[in-house]
Amino acid sequence: MGMAAEDIARMIKERFPDAEIRIEDLAGDGNHYAATVISEAFRGKSRVEQHQMVYDALKGNMGGVLHALALKTATP
Amino acid sequence: MSAQDVQDWIGKQVAGNDVVLFMKGTKSMPQCGFSMQVAQILQHLGVDFKDINVLEDMSVREGVKAYSNWPTIPQLYVKGEFIGGCDIVREMFQAGELQQLLTAKGIAHNKQTLTA
Repeated sequence: MGMAAEDIARMIKERFPDAEIRIEDLAGDGNHYAATVISEAFRGKSRVEQHQMVYDALKGNMGGVLHALALKTATP
Repeated sequence: MSAQDVQDWIGKQVAGNDVVLFMKGTKSMPQCGFSMQVAQILQHLGVDFKDINVLEDMSVREGVKAYSNWPTIPQLYVKGEFIGGCDIVREMFQAGELQQLLTAKGIAHNKQTLTA
């Protein structure tokens, strides 16, 4: 179970090529991450929409193999 | 219940209660740290809310994710509107935006701001 931080970053980067992405493995167990994603793509979107865009980029892994991803989104 | 029945049931809960929190466990006994955080924020603000324990019904647990196109629990709804999960609610609370939203929606709550 769980996902490698690089895989999370890669999937987000594919969807948001301009994004600045920081991923922290909170517990060192490959299962509890905090991610910060900064992208122009979020401009004008609500927080819910911004997070939905990131979850969508993660293609169903969020809430599945990826139980805990604390997410913070912002525009540059 | 069919999938559509579940969606209808969720819709009724969300429409019939000003503040609804779909969570793992109950407000008095949360079973997940993320659900606990949101329940604590609402209780800290003195908001009267309906808690729905998704662990009691797998169809609701999955159904509410489809309802809001949101992959995780907890989920907070105010006056029928999906507000967010744990990260968003905490961020809004810390920024004072959750309190503003409650005021704008006419939901009774304590006016106090963030305290340590």
